[in-house]
Amino acid sequence: MSQASSPTVPVVASKNQKNRGGETLENPKFIPNHSGRRMREYAFRAVIVSATLAALFILIVLTVNVFKQGLPWLDQQFLTSFPSRFPERAGIKSAIWGSVWLGGFTLLFSVFFGVGAALYLEELAPKNRINRILEVNISTLAGVPSIIYGMLGLTLFVRIMAFERSVLAGGLTLSLLIMPVIIIATREALKCVPDDIRLGAAALGATKWQAVRDHVLPAAMPGVLTGIILAMARAVGEAAPLIMIGALSYVAFVPESAFDAFTALPIQIFNWTSRPKEEFHALAAAGIIVLLGFLLVCNSIAILLRLKWKDHRR
Amino acid sequence: MSSEYVLETKDLSLSYGDNQVVNNVSVGFKEKAVTALIGPSGCGKSTLLRTFNRMNDFIDVFSHSGEVLFRGKDIYNSPLDVTDFRRNVGMVFQKPNPFSSSIKKNITWGPKINGYQGDFDELVETSLKKASLWNEVKDKLNSSGLDLSGGQQQRLCIARAIAMDPSVILMDEPCSALDPQSTAAIEKLITELQENYTIIIVTHNMQQAARISEDTAFMYEGDLVEVGETSQLFSSPEHKLTQDYIGGRFG
Repeated sequence: MSQASSPTVPVVASKNQKNRGGETLENPKFIPNHSGRRMREYAFRAVIVSATLAALFILIVLTVNVFKQGLPWLDQQFLTSFPSRFPERAGIKSAIWGSVWLGGFTLLFSVFFGVGAALYLEELAPKNRINRILEVNISTLAGVPSIIYGMLGLTLFVRIMAFERSVLAGGLTLSLLIMPVIIIATREALKCVPDDIRLGAAALGATKWQAVRDHVLPAAMPGVLTGIILAMARAVGEAAPLIMIGALSYVAFVPESAFDAFTALPIQIFNWTSRPKEEFHALAAAGIIVLLGFLLVCNSIAILLRLKWKDHRR
Repeated sequence: MSSEYVLETKDLSLSYGDNQVVNNVSVGFKEKAVTALIGPSGCGKSTLLRTFNRMNDFIDVFSHSGEVLFRGKDIYNSPLDVTDFRRNVGMVFQKPNPFSSSIKKNITWGPKINGYQGDFDELVETSLKKASLWNEVKDKLNSSGLDLSGGQQQRLCIARAIAMDPSVILMDEPCSALDPQSTAAIEKLITELQENYTIIIVTHNMQQAARISEDTAFMYEGDLVEVGETSQLFSSPEHKLTQDYIGGRFG
């Protein structure tokens, strides 16, 4: 490489001069404007880096603030006690278990109906105008404010189906709320599965269901799981629709059946922040830490599942 | 009368929406022989091929008129279940498309969902042997089919088709995504397979058609221009179009 007679030497030399005025590269058809392009490159980089830093900064300020307020209150007693009007005796046990029950029902219904609907619309239903109209409508539903779903849940589940203010009615309401997100994410994941797989399966005499069950859905699974994670994170953090259907904020018991009344982490947090006493605001901060931990655990489980799924298919 | 042919079309026209891509084609395919479908891009040969196992059913705007007879029965108007029918007519695609599961599962999946009653390990071995892939993969049957090279993947797809014990195997430009060496391996395999299977192969490569096929059908703009013995068609074609195409004057 160190042979001086190598023909690449002039190019290397001009590279050392930062490509400027290198006679071997001169071509009057191109005016590269290096300095201007380099400047815009730096400017672009500065903008996107500062956007990232701004988001990060806000997140850090929020987290630090919450932890500073809440951490002193976060102890064994807080996690295992029911709410109380005395801050030092108040705990979040009923809210944690309420959120666990709610999350379970929401996962059950929204995954079953959401993934099912997406499979039907993407794999089985004819790709006609009705299908496209449905697709647009489902996207719109994903943007409807959650309080509207609360009203729907109140009418449908609490009153008409007479589930009362139960954890079941809450789970169904949250399922409705996140179903559009799951349908959209699943459809997108299914669209990314190459048609080769479907045709290859069909050529072997498979029915559509067999091809979807054994090849298409497994291939789409990472995308589907990501959609479910994002949707569930939203459901667990929702307070408005649950308040609408009449979730209680003072619950001194853990739900023991689908028809029990309930509270949930965001409701408890909301309740504490709206009290005048300063200590309750600190309790709310502690509740937020619990909610963050709850989300972290859920997401970790989902990511582990996804990794395991990939290994399993090898 | 039609017993000479395994597969036969009568006045078959195929359309996508208002666009008719195959016009009144009547052609027969002999049992245990290789028939090549040649012609320039867009002449309708792939569409015709995909009609033989009703793969065009997946295209909403597809329609047909005329008949496709498989052992004398019209495949579009018979009580025969379409999945049963596809079991009898295997297909190998342009791009190798093994499933993203183990080599073994690639072979056994089709037979399994169709209720195969025999021994699966034996089936895997015989299918891979028939596809000349056994010696290369026998020690890694549980590794992913996607880890194989392109040529091996295509032979895996052929083995997968063979495992269904079909009588006809359709091949849609099976070598177009492969290097010359893998192509030679597949061509050799095809000549071996014709002892037991009826093979219909679409190809852009005229030398390939000349090398491996017994009969050749030449299509142009949706019409079947000429069909006959390959040696005959290549040495003394009846139509000027065929001559021009084979001579490399267009296409």
